[in-house]
Amino acid sequence: MNWNGIAAIWRFEMARFFRSIIQSIVSPVLSTSLYFVVFGAAIGSRIPEVEGVSYGAFIVPGLIMLTVLQQAIQNAGFGIYFPKFIGTIFEVLSAPLSAFEIVIGYVGAAAVKALLIGCIILGTSFFFVDITIQHPVWMIAFLLLTSISFALLGFILGIWARNFEQLNLVPLLVVTPLVFLGGSFYSITMLPPIWQTISMFNPVLYLVSGFRWSFFGMADVPVAASLAAILLFTALCLGVVWWMFRTGYRLKS
Amino acid sequence: MSAIVQVNGLNKTYDGGFEALKNVSLDIREGEILALLGPNGAGKTTLISTICGITQPTSGAITVGGHDVIDDWRAARKLIGLVPQEINLEPFELVANTVRFSRGLFDRQRNDAFVDQVLKDLSLFEKKDNRIAELSGGMKRRVLIAKALAHEPRVLFLDEPTAGVDVELRRDMWALVERLRADGVTIILTTHYIEEAEAIADRVGVIRGGELLLVEDKARLMSRLGQKELRIELRDGVEALPDALAGFDLTLSDDKRSLLYTYKTGEERTGITRLLSAIQDAGLTLADLQTRESSLEDIFVGLVHTEEGEPS
Repeated sequence: MNWNGIAAIWRFEMARFFRSIIQSIVSPVLSTSLYFVVFGAAIGSRIPEVEGVSYGAFIVPGLIMLTVLQQAIQNAGFGIYFPKFIGTIFEVLSAPLSAFEIVIGYVGAAAVKALLIGCIILGTSFFFVDITIQHPVWMIAFLLLTSISFALLGFILGIWARNFEQLNLVPLLVVTPLVFLGGSFYSITMLPPIWQTISMFNPVLYLVSGFRWSFFGMADVPVAASLAAILLFTALCLGVVWWMFRTGYRLKS
Repeated sequence: MSAIVQVNGLNKTYDGGFEALKNVSLDIREGEILALLGPNGAGKTTLISTICGITQPTSGAITVGGHDVIDDWRAARKLIGLVPQEINLEPFELVANTVRFSRGLFDRQRNDAFVDQVLKDLSLFEKKDNRIAELSGGMKRRVLIAKALAHEPRVLFLDEPTAGVDVELRRDMWALVERLRADGVTIILTTHYIEEAEAIADRVGVIRGGELLLVEDKARLMSRLGQKELRIELRDGVEALPDALAGFDLTLSDDKRSLLYTYKTGEERTGITRLLSAIQDAGLTLADLQTRESSLEDIFVGLVHTEEGEPS
């Protein structure tokens, strides 16, 4: 293993994160606080408790997931797309680094950034609502797996994208709607039966449900299903990444 | 001297069907400076990219330091440093950080003292905490070289290192190449500036249309194909070449005051003696004689021209 190489990529990517600290941290914290103010305080006060949890607290796991997903995709996507765009990727491709090591470097950095932001938002939420976390270990596990798997997705998108528009296309048109419709701000039991069934096909539902279970012990789908879904998704992304490097897809000629 | 880079029967056909390299075989000796000369699009960059692992060969084998670049790629790549033709650098990153990054990528432990020394050697040390975007074009090129040297490579590829570079940087670059050679680093540079190859290379390879036409010692190449031009200045100009000199391959200069005669330096008979006595017989008076050795450029143009396929 080329640990020096992995560390170099990781350090370089983290430096990018801290260089744009305002954009990296302040902006997600600000937008999350706005969600709390609008949904938690303004509208939430008129919404009854959801299975014994105040609405303000109920949306915390969904909010964290929303940001973590977006950040993981964005960071990993940009992390690999930018070197491709400006041409510095040649250096990584000519280095004694295996595809696996390159992925650990870029995806690892993006996942850590997303994880950091998730923790910061969780910290922020304590200022707005009372929360107790019933299964802290599982909470961390879900957060970690989500960060990694969606950073992998972002990495795939970054390799696939030919321009900045494409880079933002999937997060904007696919991921954000899935997150909003995946029960981030509601329990699917609130939906009419037909929509409950449709929601079952939304992979993000499984993430949010499992994550919320680790907080409050309540879930839309069994926890095992949540875990299986995220592991399956991670495996799928790994498979695609493996294929991309094996064929040199949009990386090598 | 043993070969540090061996290329055997290398072919590269791009997806579109373009044949960038056709059966290229080449041994690069340890410690030498090899210049790959050729017009744009000849396949120089493809050859380098394939050795460095960026481009996948269609067929053929390459070893670096005895390590196959496909089967034993890690060991092979650690030996190689590459300075690309295009200036591509992260604009917002600090100079020292990008160089450290390169060192790490090639599996070397962090060593800031060494990186500082590389920066000093390239007159970049004062700029180490500047962002890349703040540097001039020439400075950016130095950063590219610093990055390529950061992991102490044994083989350095310089892809068009002095294209669009000012005279001072070019001299610095040549001096650097000399220093590296003294340290035993093997250097391969591509260029279409023949003067560059002439100034620093030990051997010259000529590549055109994806084919390696020849690889030869610079001196031998020049003597083999070298031509000299004899310029005979006449005291009194002539309107046309005298009939007595018709048997010689002479041209009259535009100002009608000099006769130009080219001959091969390697030939046993240059014909100069015969020519001079013929001139005397024709009653012309000489004012001066000059000879000029043809440069590698003249050789190169002649070579590419003959290989163009004209039956001769």
